[in-house]
Amino acid sequence: MTDRWAPVALVLVSHSRALAEGAAEVAAQMAPGVLIVPAGGTDGGGLGTSFDLVEVALRRATDDGRSAVVVADLGSAVLTAESVLELVEGHVAERVRLADAPFVEGAVAAAVTAHGRADLGAVLASAQAAAATFGPVDVERTAPAAAPPAAAGGTSGGATAPVVDDDGSVRATAVLRNPLGLHARPAALIVRMLAHYDAKVQVNGVNAASVLDLMKLGAVKDDVLTVSAQGPQAVEAVTRLVEDVEAGFGEV
Amino acid sequence: MTLDAAWAVDWVRRSAATVAEHRDELVELDRQIGDGDHGENMNRGFRAVVAKLDALDAPPASVGDVMRLVATTLMSTVGGAAGPLYGTAYLRASKSGAATALGSDGVVALLEAALDGIVTRGRAHEGEKTMVDAWTPAVAAAVDAADHGAPPSAVLAAAARGAHEGAAATVALVATKGRASYLGERSAGHLDPGARSSELILRAAAEAAAAAD
Repeated sequence: MTDRWAPVALVLVSHSRALAEGAAEVAAQMAPGVLIVPAGGTDGGGLGTSFDLVEVALRRATDDGRSAVVVADLGSAVLTAESVLELVEGHVAERVRLADAPFVEGAVAAAVTAHGRADLGAVLASAQAAAATFGPVDVERTAPAAAPPAAAGGTSGGATAPVVDDDGSVRATAVLRNPLGLHARPAALIVRMLAHYDAKVQVNGVNAASVLDLMKLGAVKDDVLTVSAQGPQAVEAVTRLVEDVEAGFGEV
Repeated sequence: MTLDAAWAVDWVRRSAATVAEHRDELVELDRQIGDGDHGENMNRGFRAVVAKLDALDAPPASVGDVMRLVATTLMSTVGGAAGPLYGTAYLRASKSGAATALGSDGVVALLEAALDGIVTRGRAHEGEKTMVDAWTPAVAAAVDAADHGAPPSAVLAAAARGAHEGAAATVALVATKGRASYLGERSAGHLDPGARSSELILRAAAEAAAAAD
């Protein structure tokens, strides 16, 4: 298995070639270290799913010894993926999991998790947790976290140095500098950066290992983010995250 | 009297012919409660199966070999949900029909395996207005006939009658599975296209067996 790609690959099965390729493109931009293989449409490029295309994609994703998570869009895409898994050799099938996940959100979440070299179970769980990000339909779609007062630190930048709370959590604040706020690209950068630290990290109370949870914060330029972390490398993780936020993720 | 690979080939060719003959009817049934592609998808799939049979250097050795060829071809060419559903049915049938010749019990085992594949893949149960509503009474009738000592051709004739009655009974049902379920109550009053194609294919099996007698 080459080190060019993360140990878990993705196979994106859709009724539409354009949809599969487009979702792969979006996910790859956020997780360039993951092998993402689209399998959309029929053999002739029409709408539908092709057993052959899915099988070829699955073999391409796994033939280097890698594991793979399959994300499929509608009914027959799921059925075709299941059929392929029933027909391929056992030593391939045992390294593959079919995610019960929304197509685009599941692909993005799984890709970003896989990029951090997470194992098969973690990548699958990440894809499947993506459905929960939709929430009940009557929930207010506003950003949940009220930002704490920016003046707390009193530094010219708006960031505060990490402090240790009574419960052992490391906490600091940082101000979003980049014009577009915490959109997909910086959210993915945060998740990928934090994968290198032995720490559980939250931004405004949500799990900073989840790209979708970060995006759902809806944080915009000049918002103050509260970063907290627990674990052996909590201080390092918080310090690095504050630096990245204050640096505007390279977008300023 | 037993049924061999030649019967299976004849069954598949007769299936392709009846699906082609009823293509427009299946399109119309699916247009009423689905997305209108069932007739064209099934016709394309079975034409591809016949083309593969025609291209074989030597005739298939067993019923299982024929079933496997049908399974992989339908899965690759049908496109809609019927591809993996029928594909899994034939795939499971191929595992049960590995013997070179099937007696009545072998025919029952093949039909049971096919139904099991459809149920597993589609997660459908009887009464949800799907293919399962044709296959379940077909298998029940086949079991009953075999239990009464009927030869394979009579077992398949019973299965075809069961499928016909089951498919006809889908008219009154409200769909709760598959594309037609999006219509809710409005799906009642229409024959389910998947049940209809199942009935056609099982009738082809019985006709091929009668011709072999």
